Amino acid sequence: MTDAQAEPVGEYLLEALDIVKRFGDFTANDRVTLRLPPGEIHALLGENGAGKSTLVKIVYGALQPTGGQLRWGGETVEIPNPAAARRLGIGMVFQHFSLFDALTVAENIALALPGRFDLVSLAERIARVSAEYGLPLEPTALVADLSVGERQRIEIVRCLIQEPRLLIMDEPTAVLTPQEADQLFVTLRRLAGEGCAVLYISHRLEEVKQLCHHATILRHGEVVANVDPQAETAASLARLMVGADVHAVNAETHAPAGPPMLAAVSLSLPADGPFGVALRDVSLEVRAGEVVAIAGVAGNGQSELFEALSGERPAPVPEAIAVAGEPCGTRDVTARRRLGAAFVPEERLGHSAVPGFVLSDNVLLTRHASGGGLVRVGVVDRPGIRAVAERVTQRFDVRTSRADPPAQALSGGNLQKFVVGRELDREPAVLVINQPTWGVDAGAAALIRQVLLDMAESGAAVLIISQDLDEIFEIADRIAVISRGELSAAHPAGEIDRERIGLLMAGAHESAAHGDGAGCEAANPRRGGSGRGAGDGEAAA
Amino acid sequence: MTALEAVLLTIITASTPLLLAAIGELVVERSGVLNLGVEGMMVMGAVCGFAGAHITGSAAVGVVAGLGAGVAMSLVFGFLTQTLVTNQVATGLALTLFGLGLSGLIGESFTGLPGVKLTAIHIPGLSDLPFVGPVLFGHDVLVYASIAITVLVAWVLTRTRIGLVIRATGGNHHSAHALGYNVVAVRYACIAFGGACAGLAGAYLALAYTPQWIENMTAGRGWIALALVVFATWAPFRVAVGAYLFGTVWIMGLYVQGIGIGIPAQLLAALPYLVTIAALVLISGNRVLTKMNTPACIGQPFVPDR
Repeated sequence: MTDAQAEPVGEYLLEALDIVKRFGDFTANDRVTLRLPPGEIHALLGENGAGKSTLVKIVYGALQPTGGQLRWGGETVEIPNPAAARRLGIGMVFQHFSLFDALTVAENIALALPGRFDLVSLAERIARVSAEYGLPLEPTALVADLSVGERQRIEIVRCLIQEPRLLIMDEPTAVLTPQEADQLFVTLRRLAGEGCAVLYISHRLEEVKQLCHHATILRHGEVVANVDPQAETAASLARLMVGADVHAVNAETHAPAGPPMLAAVSLSLPADGPFGVALRDVSLEVRAGEVVAIAGVAGNGQSELFEALSGERPAPVPEAIAVAGEPCGTRDVTARRRLGAAFVPEERLGHSAVPGFVLSDNVLLTRHASGGGLVRVGVVDRPGIRAVAERVTQRFDVRTSRADPPAQALSGGNLQKFVVGRELDREPAVLVINQPTWGVDAGAAALIRQVLLDMAESGAAVLIISQDLDEIFEIADRIAVISRGELSAAHPAGEIDRERIGLLMAGAHESAAHGDGAGCEAANPRRGGSGRGAGDGEAAA
Repeated sequence: MTALEAVLLTIITASTPLLLAAIGELVVERSGVLNLGVEGMMVMGAVCGFAGAHITGSAAVGVVAGLGAGVAMSLVFGFLTQTLVTNQVATGLALTLFGLGLSGLIGESFTGLPGVKLTAIHIPGLSDLPFVGPVLFGHDVLVYASIAITVLVAWVLTRTRIGLVIRATGGNHHSAHALGYNVVAVRYACIAFGGACAGLAGAYLALAYTPQWIENMTAGRGWIALALVVFATWAPFRVAVGAYLFGTVWIMGLYVQGIGIGIPAQLLAALPYLVTIAALVLISGNRVLTKMNTPACIGQPFVPDR
């Protein structure tokens, strides 16, 4: 790091020099240095836990560094809180949006602005900024009623309205359709052209290559490389992030699909509460030996569909859902498990596993009544469940600090390996898994995907619900898209492309997306391609 | 004074402490904190209000003493739940038990002593009007204060930045923290406001409702106030409707009993609860509005990361 002398001081907008952040014994950032000139889109790459979020929180004033210094326009500054960061001209769009469901768009934006509290004139400013950047927003709408893409627009407009000189974006495209992501890139490039620096965190290496001028790669809290992403390949960037080669998933063609093992027939369920999504006439068939994926932007009925398939919410009629040919729409989770089905929900802590229970007790949660003799005459077979926990831990490479720890002591990736392994250990005929690798690091994600493929290979029916299109194209045989509680037909993976999936995600009708893909795509970015379009369509129908 | 005037006056007197305690708790809960210690703060407000007034001979000193006692009790709750991050339900229950016990101890030497009554404010002209005068303009300062506080709370919550920050804190404390708001400080302030209101409610009981000290004289009103907040779905004007409805049915029941109509006393005693719950459930029928008003973070502990 000697180029600081070579460059004249003041050329950089932001300099973070030798930043150290410790939480107790754990060092999240170890002498991290980052320099950003105005107008640069700068990627910050790294695996989960590499220290990216910690670093940007320090820049945004949400955390205080243990050591090192921050410079803004060449001058040393202290950023004691986010309000101070905003005064300097630093805006941030959070990964898990910092929005309030029960407040309106204007109220959400007002919370981040200093000065006089006047919602009427603020609504005018919002209208002006959103028109200028092509980010349509309705100031009086309730956040709870908006799609994820629209929510992100609120966060972006909230930053833009303060005319930032640095915009921090924490995994902005993780929740967007491909079209919404393209629209975001247009906005970011325009901001960069106007001289605003952008600090861009993402796991998606292809988009980093496409968008960013420069990349800083973190591993275990340290900077391991400063590269030009355009000169790298996705594989070389991944190698720098992980520090080793990431195994490509071996997805050779497997056995031809057998009889249908899981079916939903015209399944409709009313929304569960005002913020829920109603399922409308969902039909789906998963055959033995195939992997079917359901793509979609979060909050379009995925969790509702999962609950209906698993039996957490019963269907109105038994025929709506069949496992292994047996109608079981009105039967509970345990009954469906006895028919050979296994379920892995999205939320690991609190839904898949009880945080405070040790792993062997967590084994019992899904295995107490589904055979295997772990409970005899109401008495738990303790050595039995410990043996299962041990077996799963070994077979799926679950890294634990000691034998049989509580579930909450495991990292996200390790716990996911454990809950997937717990279900696979039963050798189920049907597996339904919601967001299999969400928030899981690259190594564990590759292992989980391989395991799912192997399972289908050995004759099980596998249904994955995922937001990650890369993952879906990697392992799925057929792909369906869910939007506003409606499920498209399942198309063979070779016959559907990202553009068309994106349009289906945004709620375009099957025929429109099929016949006139290019035309729709050209027309859509102006509207941001959000779920709004679908809502308008319904209102008109 | 006609019989009707007397009934209306008693209803207002019975409803005021409920409204005061409930409107304070509403603010606490909108900030995301559940303080089950309303009964304890209220009874401490009553005993300290009585003692202050009895010793100095001034009802005004009593009001201030009651308010101060409520705030002091609420800050104990705030320190435990916000700084030490204890469980809010358990801490609130403990605060009620502590308040009931401590008030009995403090009040032992005051039992049976004559109290100082909070006098009605005489508004020249208005208070002398027939019927309207005594019913609307013949009250003490706390009756007017309870209504003014309700209007003020409704206005602040919906129309000002402070109210927006309180609602944001109760709706999603992680987001509020990420935007740079001091969640713990906002909650401390709301808890203290709730304590002040509960203290005033207690002082009203010991200075206006029955100007004397009787052990456990709050008789469960703190719990009624808590229930009102929930059944009124955290909306200030609904809380006022609920408090007055409860007071009305309660007083009517007493009169009916006095006249000697053959309705079992137990049924009459249960009637205010039944009518108030039924009425508030009916007016709170809009589920979307209810969901909007419900503080999503209520009762959840918050520890900012540093």
